[in-house]
Amino acid sequence: MQNAEPQFRRVARFVSPADRGFAAVVYAGSILFALLIVGLFVELVLGSWPSIVKFGPAFIFNSSWDPITSKFGALPMIFGTVMTSLIAIVLAAFIGIMAAVFLADFAPRWLGQPLSFLIELLAAVPSVVYGLWGLFVLAPFMRTTIGPALQHVLGWTPLFSGPIVGVGLLTAGIILALMIIPTVTAISRDVIAAIPRDLREASMALGSTKWETAIRVVLPAARVGIFGACVLALGRALGETIAVTMVIGNRPEISASLFAPSYTLASVIANEFTEATTSIYISALIELGLILFLVSIVVNALARLMIWSVRGSERV
Amino acid sequence: MTLPAVAATQLTGAGSSFDYPFFSKAFYVYNQKNPDITVNYQSIGSGGGIAQFTARNVDFGATDVPMNAGELARAPGTVLQIPVTLGGEAIAYNLPGVTTIHLTRQVLADIYLGKILKWNDPQIAKLNKGVNLPDMAIVVVHRSDGSGTSYIFTDFLSHVSGEWKSKVGTGKSVSWPAPSSVGAKGNEGVAGQVKSTPGAIGYIEMAYVVENNMTAATLQNKAGKWVGCIPETVAAAAASKPEVSPTNFSIVDSAAADAYPISGYSWVVVYKKPADRAKELYDVLSWLVGPQGQANAKSVDYVPLPRNVQDAAAATLKQMQR
Repeated sequence: MQNAEPQFRRVARFVSPADRGFAAVVYAGSILFALLIVGLFVELVLGSWPSIVKFGPAFIFNSSWDPITSKFGALPMIFGTVMTSLIAIVLAAFIGIMAAVFLADFAPRWLGQPLSFLIELLAAVPSVVYGLWGLFVLAPFMRTTIGPALQHVLGWTPLFSGPIVGVGLLTAGIILALMIIPTVTAISRDVIAAIPRDLREASMALGSTKWETAIRVVLPAARVGIFGACVLALGRALGETIAVTMVIGNRPEISASLFAPSYTLASVIANEFTEATTSIYISALIELGLILFLVSIVVNALARLMIWSVRGSERV
Repeated sequence: MTLPAVAATQLTGAGSSFDYPFFSKAFYVYNQKNPDITVNYQSIGSGGGIAQFTARNVDFGATDVPMNAGELARAPGTVLQIPVTLGGEAIAYNLPGVTTIHLTRQVLADIYLGKILKWNDPQIAKLNKGVNLPDMAIVVVHRSDGSGTSYIFTDFLSHVSGEWKSKVGTGKSVSWPAPSSVGAKGNEGVAGQVKSTPGAIGYIEMAYVVENNMTAATLQNKAGKWVGCIPETVAAAAASKPEVSPTNFSIVDSAAADAYPISGYSWVVVYKKPADRAKELYDVLSWLVGPQGQANAKSVDYVPLPRNVQDAAAATLKQMQR
């Protein structure tokens, strides 16, 4: 161990100009991204400064959104953004991981490959198409079939109470789930496929069935990678705009019911930015963007912490 | 082989998405007659149009609500605002089996205020004797995106209801008070939402209602007459107020006998002293507001400007330095 370091340094001195050039390009690339993020943050803060000064921290806790009287609060949109993304990631994680297990370990080759291709194709569908499908197919189906069925069984909880309009939190969450399933599935499948065969064989040799192997051996071994896939998918769900705007009902209100119309940060910006006239109005919209930026950072940071803690415990 | 002649002049405009179908048609026809002039219109929304126009990135802007004093002050030159087309907003509804419904202005305001919540409310039943109104909740649909359509509709509600005026007000985006209201993006979004939700009611541009075969309510106007949203009643509202100007532009709740109460103009904004291409710009716009340009409105379900408003628009345009 003590010898290793000087040796490494000696090698590092013999760097060819090409290597130096390559290193410079690589460093410049990563610094550029860091600068972009910092620049984006600075620009958002500058743009939302009038609103930050005028409303202060109350902006985050206030739930009225009235452009006529210039009273702005972000709470209903923060709620809507977090709730729709949560619904989406719960649904997408369950379906996506199951699909990944099937594709990696269960599906015969002739079925697995076309299926993988089809699932990945879902990622290529433009979000406005998901939105239109949601508005014209899913929302009416939600109103006539899914909603009443859920209410019949679970109507006693506030989550499934109240009138069913068709558009709302749950519909938006389902659309989002469909949009992020390809991300969860594709990455999880690759992670699962990369788990060494020895583990599976060992498990089988001990008498586990195929599904016991998948649930108790393969999935736990792949959990860090699968978790990473979910974080990536969650990032997309948080920022998705058009499809959500079309099916969420665009109502800045906090309701316990998943059937109620709601609003997300990205949707308000998409809806109102083009026709926002007063400077405080524009500034409030930019502050919503800043909050979305911060929410994404917090979610990603939490996910990172969880991955680190999982990895840390593995090393010990 | 020869290449087709390249257009000598390209004029650019940006703004209102409401104007876009009419402009596409009209500017296409103009280009057929004057092949050396093309007009490139970008449908980016009225607010964006005003911003682009103020930055002098485009030759003209188009907006559903005229530029206000603050916006005019930010513009780097004297601005002329000219009415270019007219629109009416139909009150579309979705009640299975009900093909006709009559609403007074006050009842419509109370529905949007959330004071009337069911279709079989006595106040609605009173106006629709013999109609089998269902015991169904009213789902109020409104535009979620900032739009001139919402401006005209809330302007109408402010005219007919003091409560609306004080509680909500007039604007492109407002805080909608009805408890079961849903916001949808664009005319197509509101139309889709109304169509797929039994019990829904929503305000939609006339052209969309015609093209989508939707049922729309008959409204009682200020004069007490029952009117539907058709080009003739919208034109009647406009014709009753020829002295329309950018500071006094509202034609909602007109007192004229045949006027439809939810109507409004859309506007083009130009500089009195355009930076360049002034002659071409003047020619295109004076053609657009004249009888020949306005003749293109009907084929795309827009309402041509009444003759007296065409004349007023042409007179304003003449102030352009060219």
